[in-house]
Formats: sequence, C-alpha cells, structure tokens
Amino acid sequence: MSATATERELTMTLDGEAVGFRAGETIYQVAQRTKKSIPTLCYDERLEAFGACRLCVVEVDGVKAPVASCTTKATAGMVVRTDSPIIEKYRKTLLELVVSENREVDVSPLRGFASQEFTTLVDRYGARTGRFKGRQSGTSNKTDDNPFILRDYDLCISCYRCVRVCAEQEGDYAITMMNRGFGTQITTEFNGRLKDSACTFCGQCVQTCPTGALADKKALRAADLPGEIAKTRTICPYCGVGCSVDLLTKGDRLIGVQPAMDGPANQGALCIKGQFAFDFVQHDDRLKKPLVRQPDGSFKETEWDEALDLAAAGFRRSLKEHGRRSIYGIASGRAPHEAAYSMQKFIRAGFGTHYIDNCSRA
Amino acid sequence: MSNPLADMAKPDVIFCIGTNMTECHPVAATGLKKAMARGAKLIVADPRRIKLAELADVYLPIRVGSDVALLLAMAHVIEREGLMNRAFIEHRTAGWEDFRRNLKAFTPEWAAAICEVPAADIERAGLIYGRGRPAAIYYTLGITEHICGVDNVQSLCNLALMTGNLGVEGGGINPMRGQNNIQGCGDCGAETFVFPGSVKIDDVAARDKFANAYQRPDLDLGQAMTKVTGLQECGKSIHAMLIDGENTVVSDPDRNHCEHALKSLDHLVVIDIFMTETAKLAHVVLPATAWAETDGVACNTERRVQRLRAAVPPPGEAKPDWWIIAEIAKRLGIPGFDFQSPADVFNELCSLSPTYGGLDWERVSRESLNWPVPTKDHPGTPILHTEGFTNGRGRFMVLGYRDPAEVVDDAFPVWLTTGRRLQSYHTRTQTGRASGIDYLLSEESLEVNPADAEAWGFLDGDWAIVTSRRGEVKIKVRSTDRSPRGTVFASFSFADVPVNNLTGSGYDPTTHTAELKVCAVRIERAPVTLESAHDPREPENAHAR
Ligand code: SF4
Ligand code: SF4
Ligand code: FES
Repeated sequence: MSATATERELTMTLDGEAVGFRAGETIYQVAQRTKKSIPTLCYDERLEAFGACRLCVVEVDGVKAPVASCTTKATAGMVVRTDSPIIEKYRKTLLELVVSENREVDVSPLRGFASQEFTTLVDRYGARTGRFKGRQSGTSNKTDDNPFILRDYDLCISCYRCVRVCAEQEGDYAITMMNRGFGTQITTEFNGRLKDSACTFCGQCVQTCPTGALADKKALRAADLPGEIAKTRTICPYCGVGCSVDLLTKGDRLIGVQPAMDGPANQGALCIKGQFAFDFVQHDDRLKKPLVRQPDGSFKETEWDEALDLAAAGFRRSLKEHGRRSIYGIASGRAPHEAAYSMQKFIRAGFGTHYIDNCSRA
Repeated sequence: MSNPLADMAKPDVIFCIGTNMTECHPVAATGLKKAMARGAKLIVADPRRIKLAELADVYLPIRVGSDVALLLAMAHVIEREGLMNRAFIEHRTAGWEDFRRNLKAFTPEWAAAICEVPAADIERAGLIYGRGRPAAIYYTLGITEHICGVDNVQSLCNLALMTGNLGVEGGGINPMRGQNNIQGCGDCGAETFVFPGSVKIDDVAARDKFANAYQRPDLDLGQAMTKVTGLQECGKSIHAMLIDGENTVVSDPDRNHCEHALKSLDHLVVIDIFMTETAKLAHVVLPATAWAETDGVACNTERRVQRLRAAVPPPGEAKPDWWIIAEIAKRLGIPGFDFQSPADVFNELCSLSPTYGGLDWERVSRESLNWPVPTKDHPGTPILHTEGFTNGRGRFMVLGYRDPAEVVDDAFPVWLTTGRRLQSYHTRTQTGRASGIDYLLSEESLEVNPADAEAWGFLDGDWAIVTSRRGEVKIKVRSTDRSPRGTVFASFSFADVPVNNLTGSGYDPTTHTAELKVCAVRIERAPVTLESAHDPREPENAHAR
C-alpha cells in the first residue's frame, strides 16, 4: 500500500471538518498541520510526547474525560473538538493553578528560545490571578556559580522538557527529577553544580524551558541595555557541522545566540561553543585599524590607503626581484567563501601559479 | 561527507575511527546516539578511551598510527567470510581481484601485533561492519593527520566499496570537518591542487578556462606547492606571503620551524581579527570583519552551502576579507577585482565552478542545498555516488602498512597524540576570548594513564617537561584512564603551551598533511622554578573575563 493511499483512507473529524492523516500521527500533530492552535506546555516537537501538563486536552466523542492530544494517536473516524467552552475552561483553570505556583510569569525573552510560551498562554487565557496562592514546586539554585545557565527553579512547572532534551536529544543524562508533586525538583545526579555533573553546557535545556526557569546568563547580562531585541539568522562559526543559529542583538551589540529549531544541520541542537562562545566578536582585543611595522619592530596604526599601498608594494617588489614564483597565499578555513575565493584568485590571476593553500593540512 | 548529517540516525552499523565526535562535533554525535537508541551497533577505534568508546559495542584501543593495519584486517575478515556485496563489486568497482589477493596475508593476528589489540576484537569489528546494511564510516583528523593519511582514507574506501556502502542512505564514508568553512575553502579552490569546483590543476581544459577567465595566459598547468613546502621555501624561493586569518604559528606543526620561516620573508601581510602570534610577525596587519559582522557563504561538512549574515557593525575600520584582498589586487593591477559586494564575489565563483553552477547569491539566501548543484533547477545532492562515481568505477587500492614517521625508542619512549577539546577550538583566538569558557577549561594539561603517572612519579598538577626531537614544552600532568599506558595526549589550543613545538615528525607524501597526531616524546619532571609556581596563564586570560 502506498503512503498516499493510506493518507486518503484515514480520515477523522476535527472541529466539524473532515481531515486526512497518516497512521501513527497524534491528534496534536494532525491539528498542528491543519493550523488549529492547541495550547501546550510540556510539548517539544523534537522530543517524545510526554503528557504531563494536560493543557493540550481535547474532547473526543465517546470518551468521557478529556484526552491529552499530544499523546493520543488519531484513529479513523474519530470525532474531536479542540476548542469547546468546556475544554477552554478546563485549560484556564489548569493555567491558573500553574500561575499560582510561580514567583513570576513575565520573564525576559533573553532567558531562552521558548521562555515566552508560558506568559503567552497565560495572557491568551486571561489566567493572571492569584486565586490559588498555592505552594510552589522547585526552589532556585543560588549556589551554582557556572557562568552560562541560571537555574531559577522557582519558575519551574515540572514539564520535564529540560530533563527530556538532555536525555533524548543530547544523550547526556546530566539532570533528573527528584521527588514528586510539590516537592518536585530538577537537579543533577548528586544534587550539586552542573559543572560536576555530566553536563556539557550545550544550553538545550535553557532553550526548551517554557517559563524561563532555566535561563541564558550571558544573554541576560544585556537585559538592561536599551533597545529592542532583533534576531538574525546565520551559521555557527565553529565546527564543520554548520548549525543554524539566530543572533540576538540590541542596537549594535551582539548579546546572545539561540539555536534555529528549523536549522537543516542541527534541528535546534547546539553545543557549548555555538551556544555560548559568541562574544569574542565584540572583544576589546579586536583589531580596529591597519597596523604597519616600524623599523624598531613596533606597530603603528595607519590609514587604510597607506597600509594597502605598503601591502601591495611589498608584493610588487618581490615580483620584480624574485619573479612570480616568490609569492605565496594561505587562506582561512574560518572565513567565508568570498575570502577563500578572492585569495585563490589573487594568487592565480595575480601570479599565474597555484601557490595557494589553507589550514586543512594542519 | 558522502552522506548528509541527517543520515546519521539511520545506519545499522556505525564505525567511528579517529574521531572524538562527542567532543569535537557534539551536535553530530546526537544523531549517532539516536541511531544507537534504535539499536544500531557502534564500532570505535581510537587510541584514547574517549567518551564514544563507552558507548561502543566493540572498542579497539589501537596503537597510535596503526589504523591501516586494522582496516586491512577487517577487510580480510569480510572477504574470508564472504560478506562482500558482490553485485556492487561487479557493477560499480574496479581492481577487486588484485585487492582480494593482497588481503590474504593481513589476518587479524597479524594486525593484532601491530595495533596492540586482541585479534578476536578485530575479527568482531570486521564481522559487524561487514554485516551492516547499511554501515556508515565517520572519521576526522585522527585519520588524515598522519604520514599515511591518504592510505588511511583509501583503506576506508576499500571497506565501503567491498560492502557496497557507497551511494546508499545511511551509509558512506564521512569525514567530519573541523572548521566552519574548511570544506568551502576547498570548494573555492583555495587549495593548491584544485581550481574552484574541485577540478585538478593539471586538467588542461580547466587550466585554459581559468587562464581565460583570469586573463592570465601563462597560468601554470599543474605545479602545486603545498603550504608545507611553501613554509620550507620561505627565504629561499618564497619571499612574500599573504595570510588570511589563520594562526599558522600556533596551529602548524613544528612551531619553531614555522616562526623561523615567516621571519625570513621579505614581506608578510596578515589579515585577521586579532593580533595573533602570526600577525605579530607581519609587516602589515589588516583588520578584518568577523563572523556576525560579515555577509557571506559557508559550506559545512555535508556539502551544504549556507548563508552567513551580518548582525552587527564591525569595530573601528575593520573590512571584509574579500574587500581587503581586492584592494591589494587592484593596486597591483591584477584584473577582475572590481567586486562591489560579497554577492559579486560569490556569483563569480558559481559561474566558474561546475559543482556550484546552479547556485547564486539569491538562491543560497533562500535555500540551503548540498553540492553538486549543477543547474538552476537542480535540487542538490545530499547523497553522493548514488548513480556512479565521478571517474566511472570505484577503484580498490592495494595497500600495505607503514610505521609512523617516528616510532618510540629508548631516547623518546612515549607516544604523544594531539587533538581538540569540547570547550575550546583550534588556537583559542575565539573561544579564549569568550567569557565563561575559562570556568570549564582554563589551561592545557597532559593526559597520562594513572599507572604511568605513578611509575614516572607524577601527582596531578605537577609540571612536566615534554621533549621531542624538535622541541619541548612545559605542561601540567593530569592522570586519566582515557590515555592508554605509554601514550599521552594534549590539545594544541593554548598558545602558552605550544604543543606543536613537539609535533611535525613527517608529512603524508601525497597531500602533505602533517603528522600531527603522533610523535615520540620523553617526559621528565620540570624543575621547580618561580615561574612554574606562578601560573603563567594569568596575564593571557585576564582580558577574557
Ligand atoms: S546544558 Fe545540555 S547537558 Fe547540561 S543539563 Fe542542559 S541539556 Fe543537559
Ligand atoms: S554549535 Fe557546536 S556543533 Fe554546531 S556548528 Fe557550532 S561548534 Fe559545531
Ligand atoms: S502538551 Fe500534551 S500534556 Fe503537555
């Protein structure tokens, strides 16, 4: 049986409309595809569905209690309602409960990629109330002195996304869940610092956290900088995997990096370098003006014109005194194509040799 | 890579050789972990008990530099057990009979003596790889940075050819490139053996094409000169050099030689973003824009061509590399450097490169494709060799085993092998200046097996002097089970622990890749001095916080 035939055969009814689906799809996945917006908190499409938050519940004909759409497989002929008043009321109550457990709802978007999910839902359902004044699960870890990850567990809602991304996506198993109910606490194996665990500081837990309980400490340094946060899509500057990232900027400042969930090479994954090692760019040590060596060996800042004239003059002299085979070029494996292409053209067009190479040989 | 990264979760059998993937390419390693969760088998060959080794079904702690022996013996096992893909061999390859005859002598027992691992484990590795449908090979510099680098890669090709693991989803031979655009650098022809598009420089038609395009009728046909030779010729036949953003002095083997070479030039121009050890030797240093400040294109390890975008302005008067190079070229009267934008440069590359023929600036800004992309409507080529090989049939190479350029002896009784660490990158001009990285990795250390450390009288944190035939470095000792007995490890990331003072014992005769992975050293206690009592790293790291 071909896949298309299967698709055509299987249909269900979603909010009164007939929709086709593939065997194995969950109700949530079908709804996503048909642009229904079912709210979720514990869901990350890269991970196994977990069914913890129950926000994604829907009504299914013939089933008494609402079912979690993220873990329930669609079946042929199923009749589902995603937004009945009863369901929406249920979701609001759930959210109010969760809100009452947390110290704050509004957090800086610099905390992480998914950090606004909770706030957004609370607003959508008007669930900002102090009705439950309940106890909270999770207590912030103030002793972990690592420079990358803020562990503000006061804001934790026990969705397990961090634990799951660490285990399923990273295969690192650095963090786990301790206790149950209000005693629930995300922690490392020996309840200590991340540095002393299997953690590689890839930041994936930070980026999937829906409340900002885990947060990007480096990006947060720019919380008080004036200006809007802008995002620019580019590629990580480190290894050859070529992970897609979004650069976070405020005005002229580069303030952080977030993984691109749709990056073709990384699907949202990053490592410590791509995630946290971006700030060499605006470091004080950067060269800002051309430098020319003086007879005493020191360097003097000059204008571009003068430096370029001197640069060219040296090659002209070498060409004249020693011929075209006296000049060599070394390109960089870290600069873009335009640099590498120009380097080889400089040598080939300039001197007619192939005296050009790069660092791959060492 | 012959196959895309997405394929990493798909093989039945994964063979990782000379790749510390969890540290060097952690994101790629996540795909591998997924394959294993699905039940894939993992074979790991590496002298060091790296993290990947813990996950392996078969772990082969082979003696450094003995890869070819292992691979020959695996091929022997596959042939003996008849696990070859006969149809593939018949229709897609050449040279099988010669190769097969040559294999007879290379038994697991023969290899066991060279590799210093049990013959039974080699046997098992051969059987597992031979039965994998599909089986994928992953490797990095651990394979190429040897005098026999080409033999190593050829041996891997032989394995993939005899089992038909090329041109299939989830298979292939997949080198993991270490730098973000090292693949692209070769694609652009910034490599002595090839023109843009990986066309050989002794190809007459290609030479004529570029002689014409570059208005250079006397363009050489062939006559490559590798960087290694280039450096050796400094002060002899080479007198002027243009270096774009590579910290040659720290990253290259045999640092003393390299520094001496660059100092003997009449003229050295360095383009970089920092005042690196190499830039300090230049006559003119030109400030370049960095990543996040530069619009451009890069190509990753799976041949995926992707757009880089500028998000912030450069500091001071820094300029893009292409602009700087073009300005020098124009002053020298070299034609064809009237580029107005990175798009102009990239489009010219596409117009001259057969593998990029279907790409242009506008298209790469819209979608990212794996080359070859020969035409504008071509969807890209995630998997290579599905239909055939570029040169017709895949050719088996008859090989033998050679010892490394340098083997241990009484004067230098210990193997040193080098590599990279997760938290730092190459020569640390970048990670060394990113805040927080010091928290995890602030200094280099020499990894020594605990039993060796005890035998040699070292406690953790003691200073050692490591000496090779080329130089010495002072470094702190750290004992760890990752190192086997008789082999020590260090990375080349810290300028103040110039491990590459020691390396550089030889080069692959074909590619001139340096033997960076292996050399013979002697290890002694460092005399206690004021300097060793005071951590010499303090000043360098002061600005990184
Ligand atoms: S940073 Fe990465 S390794 Fe560390 S706990 Fe988070 S997900 Fe796990
Ligand atoms: S984030 Fe890490 S794995 Fe991804 S490209 Fe950068 S260095 Fe490589
Ligand atoms: S998203 Fe379905 S239960 Fe949380």
